Amino acid sequence: MSALAERIGSAQAEGRAALIAYIPVGYPDVPTSIKAMVAAVEAGADAVEVGVPYSDPGIDGPVIQEAVDVAVRAGVGMRDVLRAVEAVSAAGAVPVVMSYWNPIERYGVDRFATDLAAAGGAGAITPDLIPDEAADWIAASDRAGLDRVFLVAPSSTEARLRLTTAACRGFVYAASTMGVTGTRAAVGDAAEQLVARTRAAVGDNEQELAVCVGLGVSNGDQAAEVASFADGVIVGSAYVRALLDAGDETETVAAVTRLTRELAEGVRRAGVRA
Amino acid sequence: MTTSSVQPPGERLLPARPGWPDATGHFGVFGGRFVPEALIAALDELTEAYEAMRVDPAFLAEFHRLQRDYTGRPSPVTEVPKFAEHCGGARVLLKREDLNHTGSHKINNVLGQALLTKRIGKSRVIAETGAGQHGVATATAAALMGLSCTVYMGEEDTRRQALNVARMRLLGAEVIPVTTGSRTLKDAINEAFRDWVTNVETTTYVFGTVAGPHPFPAMVRDFQRVIGDEAREQLLEREGRLPDVVLACVGGGSNAIGIFTAFVPDEGVRLVGLEAGGDGVDTGRHAATITGGTPGVLHGARSYLLQDDNGQTIESHSISAGLDYPGVGPEHSYLHDIGRAEYRAITDAEAMEAFALLCRTEGIIPAIESAHALAGAMKLGQELGPDTLLLVNLSGRGDKDVETASRWFGLGDREEVDPGPGLDTGQQPTEGAVTNDEAVAGQDAGETA
Repeated sequence: MSALAERIGSAQAEGRAALIAYIPVGYPDVPTSIKAMVAAVEAGADAVEVGVPYSDPGIDGPVIQEAVDVAVRAGVGMRDVLRAVEAVSAAGAVPVVMSYWNPIERYGVDRFATDLAAAGGAGAITPDLIPDEAADWIAASDRAGLDRVFLVAPSSTEARLRLTTAACRGFVYAASTMGVTGTRAAVGDAAEQLVARTRAAVGDNEQELAVCVGLGVSNGDQAAEVASFADGVIVGSAYVRALLDAGDETETVAAVTRLTRELAEGVRRAGVRA
Repeated sequence: MTTSSVQPPGERLLPARPGWPDATGHFGVFGGRFVPEALIAALDELTEAYEAMRVDPAFLAEFHRLQRDYTGRPSPVTEVPKFAEHCGGARVLLKREDLNHTGSHKINNVLGQALLTKRIGKSRVIAETGAGQHGVATATAAALMGLSCTVYMGEEDTRRQALNVARMRLLGAEVIPVTTGSRTLKDAINEAFRDWVTNVETTTYVFGTVAGPHPFPAMVRDFQRVIGDEAREQLLEREGRLPDVVLACVGGGSNAIGIFTAFVPDEGVRLVGLEAGGDGVDTGRHAATITGGTPGVLHGARSYLLQDDNGQTIESHSISAGLDYPGVGPEHSYLHDIGRAEYRAITDAEAMEAFALLCRTEGIIPAIESAHALAGAMKLGQELGPDTLLLVNLSGRGDKDVETASRWFGLGDREEVDPGPGLDTGQQPTEGAVTNDEAVAGQDAGETA
């Protein structure tokens, strides 16, 4: 069974949504970013999106751009990413790599799948890879037994929701709003509607697939709101904001711990309410 | 050489597409759509609208009316015999896209995409720009058609091309300097995509070159192919023959695809793309994507690109803002791999020598981008010898580059200007009048300008 599906299933068994934290490898440096990931796991994150730094992060807003730019300039690469994956796995959460496509293609799709599986990674989220272009990745992830998470968006047609969810394993990433990553004052109705439409597509496919929501969630209240209708809550920019604001490693760990506890409380609060 | 029949102007967009891309936008292994799912609906909408439009007589009539009455098409072909003296005795003919309204080939594509925007009922266009020519063209079309317009331009380029920034603002466009990454064209494209994904309901992204996700490479090619369609007719009419070589500069590659496409079926015609070699491909400071790059994915398509071992895009370097791009259109990658077109690098110094030469010999100030193609003609002419017929796409005029060129040649405040690279003296152009010291000083100035 898919490691991600299993972990999200365990959260559901507790009557709550899963909490997934995105942290890019290499900001402010590789060791500190790995410590931040471990801190998130210890404070209650169910899974960590281990972010691969990329020079042209087309759907990331200014917060994530700023952090990954530092990592890119420092030459952070897939070897560092795999180290982070191992650390998250050892800490007891499920690591899933989040990467734009070119770093994976450059590393070698088969080699990436093999090495990721060996490091204990569950799979990968690929924000600029649609299933239509993913034949190599689908074959490689099947061979290595990895999850593959594609994105759906409010603009996706019903046909594309069916096509995309059918290609997913682990969960499907519902990008809640039309726009780039970043914290937002309100998550909005679009997310809930998208989750409902995506669930319908999953049903049409006669699949079982969790629907997790990302883009715009930054605090406990928003996490609770999203957790009331989604299987998992993905938080990215709020973590990166905390990393950017922290002065040193101690502050980084403290800030990540504080944020994770707030979010973990949020996803549990919703469970009680539902 | 084949002698396929000339299409009447009103039908230029209809037939005779090469056998690529396929229905999903692939040129062999290149092209495709590597974009977030959020943009797929908009790309599908654009593809559908465009496919309907390109066979719609009413649209084609309007498009060709604008090309004729607004742009000033057809653009002439000019023979440049004094320049050709520096090309090994070859004959050199220029396709004069510099004479188009707004000063470059960019207007050809923009008018098509702006009409498409109106047809699908959107009110706002966005664009990226490097040298500013595509931004100016988009701002122009937006003014003409009553669309609001935002142009993203790398901060570095807004300094290099201040004149074009002013032009865009005069035309009513909002110009947003991009301060992320290398602050050049690549980052402007990233910002434009971010705007588009956020505002896709009201906004069309008027992409400036034959790169990006499907349908942009095919659509921009179809709008630009008028360059080669006209030139092919013009050469057959005046020379009774096709050129031996067709040359064009290649950044993203829209002017090159524009002039190549009509000649692709003519197997005897060599197609040569000139990339920006910057300080030299072996220095690593260049923008010669096919010559010095490897296949990968950037800005929505698979193509050659400049990247490191981690798959990070490498910053490109060129004196020419319009060629200063680490990617290239997927069709060029395909033409390269199937051996139908060849790609070479021209250094900054070689391009500037050709730039000066055309100014002094023929009274034509070319865009520095186009000067790369002129430098290619000097090389090809020397290699192929007398009586070779070279067709060069003069893709733009050099007004925007006057400051960069003045610095390069150290023309600043001097009252008397050095007569330039060996004009009418029989000197080899490579021994031009720009001394090494001046060239070095100029280079420094050019890069920080």
